[in-house]
Amino acid sequence: MTTALKTEQVVSQIAAAFTGADIKVDGPAVIVAPDMVNKVCAFLKSAPGLEFDYLHNLTSVDFMDYFEVVYHLTSLKHNHSMVLKTRCFDRNNAEVASVTGVWRGADFQEREVYDLMGIKFTGHPNLKRILLWDGFLGHPLRRDYL
Amino acid sequence: MEVVGPESIKQLDSSEGQEINTLIERSRLPLTDPDQWLDEDLKRNTAMIATDAVLNWGRLNSIYMHATGPACCIFEFLSAFTARFDVARYGWEIFRPSPRQADVFVIAGTVTWKMAVQLRRLYDQMPEPKWVVAMGACAISGGTFRESYSVTPGVNRIMPVDVYIPGCPPRPEAYLYGMLALQEKIWKSSSKKQILEGTYKFKQNFRQFPSGNR
Repeated sequence: MTTALKTEQVVSQIAAAFTGADIKVDGPAVIVAPDMVNKVCAFLKSAPGLEFDYLHNLTSVDFMDYFEVVYHLTSLKHNHSMVLKTRCFDRNNAEVASVTGVWRGADFQEREVYDLMGIKFTGHPNLKRILLWDGFLGHPLRRDYL
Repeated sequence: MEVVGPESIKQLDSSEGQEINTLIERSRLPLTDPDQWLDEDLKRNTAMIATDAVLNWGRLNSIYMHATGPACCIFEFLSAFTARFDVARYGWEIFRPSPRQADVFVIAGTVTWKMAVQLRRLYDQMPEPKWVVAMGACAISGGTFRESYSVTPGVNRIMPVDVYIPGCPPRPEAYLYGMLALQEKIWKSSSKKQILEGTYKFKQNFRQFPSGNR
């Protein structure tokens, strides 16, 4: 059984590596700024004792006030997991740093989030629609769609 | 094999998007009569009766299928081809992998706009005469996904449909009934259909085709 890491254990390590960064804790999740997600993820993948080598899931939630991008990380080596989140408050120009450089598996999932929720992933090598077609207007999983 | 670069992929994407948007715009137009391609002179030609009877007899007893299953209805469709139902007795047990060898195109499932381009292309590749069977609520009208942004409101918005088999999903028996109705339609698709109807009275019992040993 994969054990979910306590957020305090992870937050202290992230805060030590990124001094002065805005890191919050919300329930079981660690929340970081959208422009430093890729750096935090690279750190979480390589930090000894953590080594989250597997991106289990990447999804997004629309709360109307802000978008939340959720990363479920798992370490196959240590058999533990954690949840990382980031929030974008600019609805018209939501941008998150891409984690495709850390986990290649994020490619299609980030394209899906971009396609259906309209969040741009800066640094993504091939950010275009994946499920809907070229020329489709709008992003249908946004709560204000239609 | 030609190596496809990022630029040509971009072109492919945009041409696919344009094709889908054209399909969507065309789907908003009123539906046309699927039989409008039939020639008026051909319908009046009495010498065609015997030929039609032979041709139709052959066509309806050796239907070559081209099936596509975009959603769950395909499992009921495939169940109809198990030994329990023995569709070989009707003559529609042969599947063709290529639409160019098929007579009947069965669409069993939900058709999205992105898939609609491919299905329309398959339909265009089928040789005449060809028939289309829409199986299940989604293929008929979009079903529960009718108001969706990505699902076609019925296959008849993409291609003319001959037989609709309702159900969610329809049972194999419903599929058999639908195909029997299609056989009736094929038999009636004569250039002199009024005379044939008067002669053979298929409306009373459409199971009795003049084929003898089925």
